[in-house]
Amino acid sequence: MSLVSLESASAASAGISSSLTQLRSLAAWASGAPANIFAPQATPAHTIFGLSLLVIAIVTAIFLAVGGLLLYALIRFRSRPGDDAAEPRQIYGSNQVEVLWTVIPVLILVVLFLATIRVISETERARKPANALDVIVLGHQFWWEYRYPKQGFVTANELHIPVSDPKAPRPTYLTMSSVDVDHSFWVPRLAGKMDLIPNKTNVMWLDPQTSGLYLGQCAQYCGMEHAKMLIRVYVDTPEQFAAWVEAQQQPAVNDPRVAAGKEIFLHTACVNCHTVRGTSAHGVFGPDLTHLASRDTIASGVVKNTPANLRQWIEDPDSLKMGSLMPKMNLSPHDLDQITAYMESLR
Amino acid sequence: MNSTGTAVLASAQPPRKLWLDHVQEWLTTVDHKRIGLMYIGYALIFLVVAGVEALLMRIQLSAPDNHFLSPEVFNCMFTMHGTTMVFFVGMPILFGFGNYLVPLMIGARDMAFPRLNAFSFWISAFGGLLLYFSFLGGSGLYGAGSAPDVGWFAYAPLTAKLFSPGHSTDYWTLSILLSGIGSVGTALNLIVTIFTMRCKGMTMTRLPLLCWLYVVTSWLTFLALGPLTAAQIMLCLDRFAGSHFFDVQAGGSAVLWMHFFWIFGHPEVYILVLPAFAFANEIIPVFSRKPIFGYPAMVAASVLIGFISLGVWAHHMFTVGLGPEGNAFFTLATMIVSVPTGIKIFNWLATIWGGKIRFATPMLFSIGFLFQFLIAGLTGIMLSVAPFDWQLGNSYFVVAHFHYVLVGAILYMIFAAFYYWYPKMFGRMLSEKLGKWHFWLFTFGFHLTFDTMHIPGLLGMPRRVFTYPADRGWAMLNQIETVGGFIQAIALLLFVWNMIQSYRTGKEAGPDPWDAWTLEWATSSPPPHYNFAVDPVVHSRRPLWDRKHPESPDTHYE
Repeated sequence: MSLVSLESASAASAGISSSLTQLRSLAAWASGAPANIFAPQATPAHTIFGLSLLVIAIVTAIFLAVGGLLLYALIRFRSRPGDDAAEPRQIYGSNQVEVLWTVIPVLILVVLFLATIRVISETERARKPANALDVIVLGHQFWWEYRYPKQGFVTANELHIPVSDPKAPRPTYLTMSSVDVDHSFWVPRLAGKMDLIPNKTNVMWLDPQTSGLYLGQCAQYCGMEHAKMLIRVYVDTPEQFAAWVEAQQQPAVNDPRVAAGKEIFLHTACVNCHTVRGTSAHGVFGPDLTHLASRDTIASGVVKNTPANLRQWIEDPDSLKMGSLMPKMNLSPHDLDQITAYMESLR
Repeated sequence: MNSTGTAVLASAQPPRKLWLDHVQEWLTTVDHKRIGLMYIGYALIFLVVAGVEALLMRIQLSAPDNHFLSPEVFNCMFTMHGTTMVFFVGMPILFGFGNYLVPLMIGARDMAFPRLNAFSFWISAFGGLLLYFSFLGGSGLYGAGSAPDVGWFAYAPLTAKLFSPGHSTDYWTLSILLSGIGSVGTALNLIVTIFTMRCKGMTMTRLPLLCWLYVVTSWLTFLALGPLTAAQIMLCLDRFAGSHFFDVQAGGSAVLWMHFFWIFGHPEVYILVLPAFAFANEIIPVFSRKPIFGYPAMVAASVLIGFISLGVWAHHMFTVGLGPEGNAFFTLATMIVSVPTGIKIFNWLATIWGGKIRFATPMLFSIGFLFQFLIAGLTGIMLSVAPFDWQLGNSYFVVAHFHYVLVGAILYMIFAAFYYWYPKMFGRMLSEKLGKWHFWLFTFGFHLTFDTMHIPGLLGMPRRVFTYPADRGWAMLNQIETVGGFIQAIALLLFVWNMIQSYRTGKEAGPDPWDAWTLEWATSSPPPHYNFAVDPVVHSRRPLWDRKHPESPDTHYE
């Protein structure tokens, strides 16, 4: 939000922009945060939301009943200044009452449990439609790799999936694992979280009903930059999605104007970790850069993908994300400019 | 009679001792009361240390994109805060009270194995020192220091040499291994003491509920520390001997560690909360002026909680991919725990019902405990619903939930226990005025921090992040939490001041300042070395009630 409000401040006059910013922050407050679990926009999140309302209603009722009784007892049975010194009547217990407050909670739990296993079953035993989109999600310290096996390309950090038509659902199935330590994929408005564990494969699915950008982040502590392993899921219209897939399937553009930058890129250690399809860079340790410039952010959602940010990132990754596994390459300013220009051309 | 005995004994001792004699006495003591006090003192020091760590984290999180702590330091802070609070504050302080109170309440002169008792304390204490030594030696003495930064449950493979080079993780493993040895020793000691050293007439059905709870908590310690110790040894072998238990690169299993850790980790929650129940079982009746309602149900519920809590561990793993059957089973098991827990809350409520409640500080903290534990239990039910947990798990909602248990329930009962038994331990009352300030200020700060903390979790904030982007709507909430944290810290300082001040100037307590009913109040305050000049004989659960009310003793009703 700060970036947005900064831009608007420079565009408009100071007075208007400040009231605009205030309005925006008010709107953001009213509409909730972008990762609010109570504003679901996809099916598992919707189903969970419904169940959570039932659970919250039950626990609230219990709280009011028990808390109310407790408060009443504390007020009603307080010792008062004028009391005699006699002890109150000594009561040792009652088996009937014990049975009562054992049975009632058990009945409540039966209801709650039945509602719960229904949602577990609906989510974890759902039949996978033949037209479902498959994406393989691999967790890395501290970024996300997305592979589209049927479409034949690999991308990173910004997941694109199609919006699903309720009449002809096309859910996305995410097959997840990790190449290093445990991670967890959590986009609250789309679904609950699922862990990415090395040597283990987990599957989750999303059936989004509204297009738009959904934010989330890694939810299992994975090392120094766990906090900056952000997730961006773009739910596209079917047309947008088809166009995006089409673009991602292309090899990297080969723009002669940035040939010098490309040369430097291909002759430094960049290629040990990064792939740019259509060139000799085949590294797999870092994110695929074939269409880097088509992404809105860099460093797993940490900053906007602007030339200045990209240059700073290449110059000194720690300055944006301390502990990132990308080393500082000690490039000359000239080489930095050239490589940044080359990266910016990879649309 | 007892106090005369003490006076005689005291006058027989030489009038002045060198400070070194005092040190030597404390270092070599096998007296359960002194060991209990050392446990408590040692835990209080670590409470302050881990509290400071919490405040540093709160400062860091009070604004988005903050640079007060580096990610490295922040990660060390939450690892050390969690590890310290669980292993070097919670366990020792509860064992300390157990050590001090159990022999007194069963009319014994000491624990069953006094030397084992001293050994257990010192090895646990050494474990704590070893953990903190990592700040100096975590990367080897010639490198820079670095504390463990793998989180208090240290999920594999983040703990492998590959991802955690240096020795900080080794210090973490070894310190927990050592403190575990001490915990098992104390657990064994408490069980044997309660089973074999009860005074004449004290059958198991007349045992004070506090001691029953310590039986259950000790059994749980016994059973749960085994898997933890095994896991720590496997981790050591992985790190030092090239084994592959958790080495995923060589076919080991990350999930194996989770099972080992949580089959310890969940009973651990009950190991900590059962002693809090134990204090409530003693304090609430005395300040309501009624016996505990439903003693047999309370015993049964405690034992049941002990059993069921051994079968719920994988509710920490609902997002690991257990499959629908596993998720359903652990949802059910977790929900079932709430039944005996509910029985306890209802019995406390029924104990208060019809009483004449005296709102002294121990009771105020107990009332705070009742409300807060109720809320913690209900958010626990929310988390037990596996699909809801897919959203809430590992978020700040969970952090708020377990701090509601650990602070709102357990720490509140520890405070209550201090105000209640301090007069027994030191012969002087804690100041009620400061105590009430402590209670209200701490309660205000607690709710400011931990009520608020649920909300960022609902808004998608995961735990263990050293910072967060400004556009998520979490900033203001985090700021409020930080303010609450500092208010709690001020209240805690008031409490420490109260303890120091009252030690010198507090009102004389006498043997039985609260007009209470269990055996520890039958001897002088502080009790003599040998506890009771004459072995007590009891005829009911409330021996002092019988003595004070010969017209209507409990023996007629039990």
